Amino acid sequence: MKNYAIRMLRSGAAALAIAAFAGGAAPVQAQDAGSVKLGLVTFLSGPAAGPFGVPGRNGAEILIEALNAGKVPAPYNTVGLGGLKIETKIIDESGSAANVVSEYRNLVQRDQVDAIVGYVSSGNCLAVTPVAEELKALTVLFDCGTPRIFEEKPRKYVFRVTPHATQDNVAAARYVLAKKKNVTLYSGINQNYAWGQDSWRDFVGAMSVLAPKAKVDKELFPKLFAGEYGAEISTLLTSKSQVLHTSFYDGDLESFIYQQAARGLGKRMTILATTAESSMKRLGNKIPDGSIIGARGSNGPLARDTELNKWFVKVYTDRYGTAPTYPSYHMAQSIIGLKAAWEKAAKAKNDAKPTIDEVVAAFENLQFEAFGSTIKLAIGHGHQGIAEIAYGTYKFNKQKNEGEIVDVVRFPAECANPPADVNAEDWIKGGMKGAKCD
Amino acid sequence: MLSRANLIGAVLFLAAGIIGFFLPPWLVSLLTIAFANALVVLGLIILWRAGLVPFGQALYYCSGAYTVALLARWAGVSDAFVLLIAGGLVAGIVAFLTGFLLARYREIFFAMLSLAMSMILYGVLVKTETLGSTDGFGVDPPHFLGYAPHGDALGFALYWFVLVVCAISALVIGVYFKSVAGALAVPIRDNEIRVEFLGISVTRLIHMKLVIAGTLAGVGGALAAMTIGHVDPNMSYWTTSGGFVFVTILAGAGSVAAAFVGSLVFEIVRSFAFAVLPGFWQMTLGIVLLLTILFLPEGLGSLATRFRRRKPDTKPVATS
Amino acid sequence: MLTAFAILTDGLAYAAYLFMVAVGLTLIFGVMKILNVAHGSFYAFGAYGAAMAAGIYYDRGLPEAGGFLFMILLAMAIGLVLGLILERGVLRFVYGRDEVIVVLVTYAVFLILEDVIVFIWGPQSYAAYQPMVWAGNVEIGELVLSNYDILLVAISAGLALFAYWALKFTRYGRLLTVVIFDRETAAAFGINVTVVYTVTFIIGAMLGALGGAMMAPKISITLGIGVEVIVLAFAVVAVGGMGSIEGALVGALIVGICRAAAVHLMPQIELFVIYAVMALVLVFRPYGLFTRAQPRKI
Repeated sequence: MKNYAIRMLRSGAAALAIAAFAGGAAPVQAQDAGSVKLGLVTFLSGPAAGPFGVPGRNGAEILIEALNAGKVPAPYNTVGLGGLKIETKIIDESGSAANVVSEYRNLVQRDQVDAIVGYVSSGNCLAVTPVAEELKALTVLFDCGTPRIFEEKPRKYVFRVTPHATQDNVAAARYVLAKKKNVTLYSGINQNYAWGQDSWRDFVGAMSVLAPKAKVDKELFPKLFAGEYGAEISTLLTSKSQVLHTSFYDGDLESFIYQQAARGLGKRMTILATTAESSMKRLGNKIPDGSIIGARGSNGPLARDTELNKWFVKVYTDRYGTAPTYPSYHMAQSIIGLKAAWEKAAKAKNDAKPTIDEVVAAFENLQFEAFGSTIKLAIGHGHQGIAEIAYGTYKFNKQKNEGEIVDVVRFPAECANPPADVNAEDWIKGGMKGAKCD
Repeated sequence: MLSRANLIGAVLFLAAGIIGFFLPPWLVSLLTIAFANALVVLGLIILWRAGLVPFGQALYYCSGAYTVALLARWAGVSDAFVLLIAGGLVAGIVAFLTGFLLARYREIFFAMLSLAMSMILYGVLVKTETLGSTDGFGVDPPHFLGYAPHGDALGFALYWFVLVVCAISALVIGVYFKSVAGALAVPIRDNEIRVEFLGISVTRLIHMKLVIAGTLAGVGGALAAMTIGHVDPNMSYWTTSGGFVFVTILAGAGSVAAAFVGSLVFEIVRSFAFAVLPGFWQMTLGIVLLLTILFLPEGLGSLATRFRRRKPDTKPVATS
Repeated sequence: MLTAFAILTDGLAYAAYLFMVAVGLTLIFGVMKILNVAHGSFYAFGAYGAAMAAGIYYDRGLPEAGGFLFMILLAMAIGLVLGLILERGVLRFVYGRDEVIVVLVTYAVFLILEDVIVFIWGPQSYAAYQPMVWAGNVEIGELVLSNYDILLVAISAGLALFAYWALKFTRYGRLLTVVIFDRETAAAFGINVTVVYTVTFIIGAMLGALGGAMMAPKISITLGIGVEVIVLAFAVVAVGGMGSIEGALVGALIVGICRAAAVHLMPQIELFVIYAVMALVLVFRPYGLFTRAQPRKI
């Protein structure tokens, strides 16, 4: 009994000492009037680090460096955010929802960041959103795709300039039907988790509105990160589908493309890959010619050829030796959107540092020029961005030994996104009314 | 039962509660999650004393969390006490049912079968698109008997709520450890056939331990769901179970208090690694685990015992 | 008929993959009673090593066929070094501790090695597709089969036969059988159990790395590929019976065929078919298909 008590007391004391140490190691920093502190959260470990986390972080790194030096082309050639230099704190997005929420609180309350840009996983975006509202912390979600964030409840402090995933699949259906008018049978292979299920549901929904006669053949949902698709490829080889829809990305997409290349699936049906742009360079001639390629917006090779885009591709390629992929664009446009909102708020105050609420007010319904296209925060009560989206057809150029995207079609933002007051799913089910495609 | 241990436990519990008012909110939230997880670890300690280490305790953790989330979403229940009891109850029932099978297994086979069961729940949840599949869904902040706090006040309310639940659980489990059923754990681990020769059904004893541990995990999951405000199927994935076993080893099976200390230290080390070494937190955790096993075989709980023993050791001891 | 044939070929190809990742795991468990979570790391290191080898080899424009051999050799060399370091540097300090504690030691090693991979190879993904492309394919009716998959099935079958022969007809294999059967008696008869442990662990690590190298041409080599393999290999070994080579073979075939059948016939249950098979087998055969029930010691 006595031992137990003393043990308990001692361990309690030890724990408190450690707690004090952890608190002391990351002291609450005095607010520096001359800078803005930005928390960046993205995957630095695990399977999502290579395709999304690191390209996202790289995009943030070069952009923030250039912003602090005032070297970004007009209209973003002012230093930092409204003249204040940007300091960053980078955190890994890995771990359970509990970890992610804890680290979010740490960023806001311990490290006292002014704003947070981050989150690749839709689950993490959904988990931090209510916390952001509770803590009144300005948060720009950069890469997650689920439309649920702003459809479940109106939000005040959370923004997402990157369009949600519905437009990827609606535009994909429009592109397929524009290029292959006689599709009668199509299949899908998508990862068995929220992203894959949502992508397939939106695609099938859009197809049944646009081409009611086309029928779904095989619906395959292999496990996330399965890596081995032999049985799935056999199933597809024995089907008569003309088009195969997939929202696979990076590792799984590359494994699937290698394995189907060895068995000639691409000769039997057209592969439509909504995110293939980020893997295009590595896959080279393994992607069958004629495959339909998306970039989750008009990003990368599908971006508009503006001064801003040329600059971004150049500085990124100079630093990292490879062109930026769509996650880099998503990160960069999120930061640039924050800058646009910040400076709009500062301007109204004669260039004084705006409060977070003022930035939030300026951010709502904002329209700004991003790297690949123009972004309008038109839906989700002015918190969710919509933008033009492009799809194209893959062609491997043997002379240059690299892939190209030809036959690019650009769909206006209002063509692939629901109107302001309609949920994405209801909009598709209701026949995509109000879409403006001209 | 006003023993010295309980008295000191009560003092520590009050101290932890009062300290909460002086800590920044992020630390309060960190402590809340650490103590909620400590309940799961407490359950694992009960099993570990009998030589059982499940790699699927996340099954009950996730059951408790989803019960809370579903009740809040579909039945509109928002009272923390009702949610807590429901979470513990459902997890306890799940543990009771799976226990008929699991109680017959030992060692690695027990670990593997429990892992398979939690992975089946994971698969089912991932398949359930109405519940958001892997994205999960949100849990609205709970009320406490009509009191509906917001912001920092909510954080403190949850912290106190978790502390009270922990204190009660610690008290009950402390009593259980000293009961015949609890004390038989070590004999079962050493040689269960001899225990059976005493006329005691080992299977039934282990079944009971499974239900207690499962209920604690469910209560922990329920508290975690309320604290985090979000549930997702990852709560049932095998790496979540692995994390709990990790903390159990760190804590050691020595005492009830070890669960809380271990969970706290783990949460702090993890958060510290995230802040200081964002790209290498897995390595940091791995090294901590390795060093604990190599140099603190009985876990952190044994540190206190070691300090105490050192003093008499300095005197020459004549008898061995 | 076509579907049945497809299920059989896909099942065999998947079983070949499963057997390759499970055989090293079951060997280590059989001899050392260690459920080695770090086996996933061996697989990952093998795959990364193979990708590195493919990069070095094919960039020089050397003849296609040799590249595959070079990949396998480099991966197995990595497995050898890694196995030696882990056994001598970490595991020998925990022999005799609780089985579950040793599992956690290997879990800790796995966590550390995950970050070592980032440290060595960075977060980007790698490819080593050349051997698979070089191997080409055959058409059988409507189905197109990759020759590389056929090669994998052949190599797996060869590996199984070799393991059978080595255990039954070589001196070292017989020593192993003795140690598997009863460690203490073996030591009492003068078998140097320490050496047997070291050699077994290294062979297990090399087999894990070999699995990674064999799969490397088919997959994109990214962070986290080890995690997926661990649970798959555990399931196969649990079905077949831990520590039994023939069990790993039968377990791989059962799981492989069941998964292929699920993909073709009922794609919605694919996600948990492996765990369902595992739970079902464990319910009726608690120690797996090929393990004798342990005698209870009083």
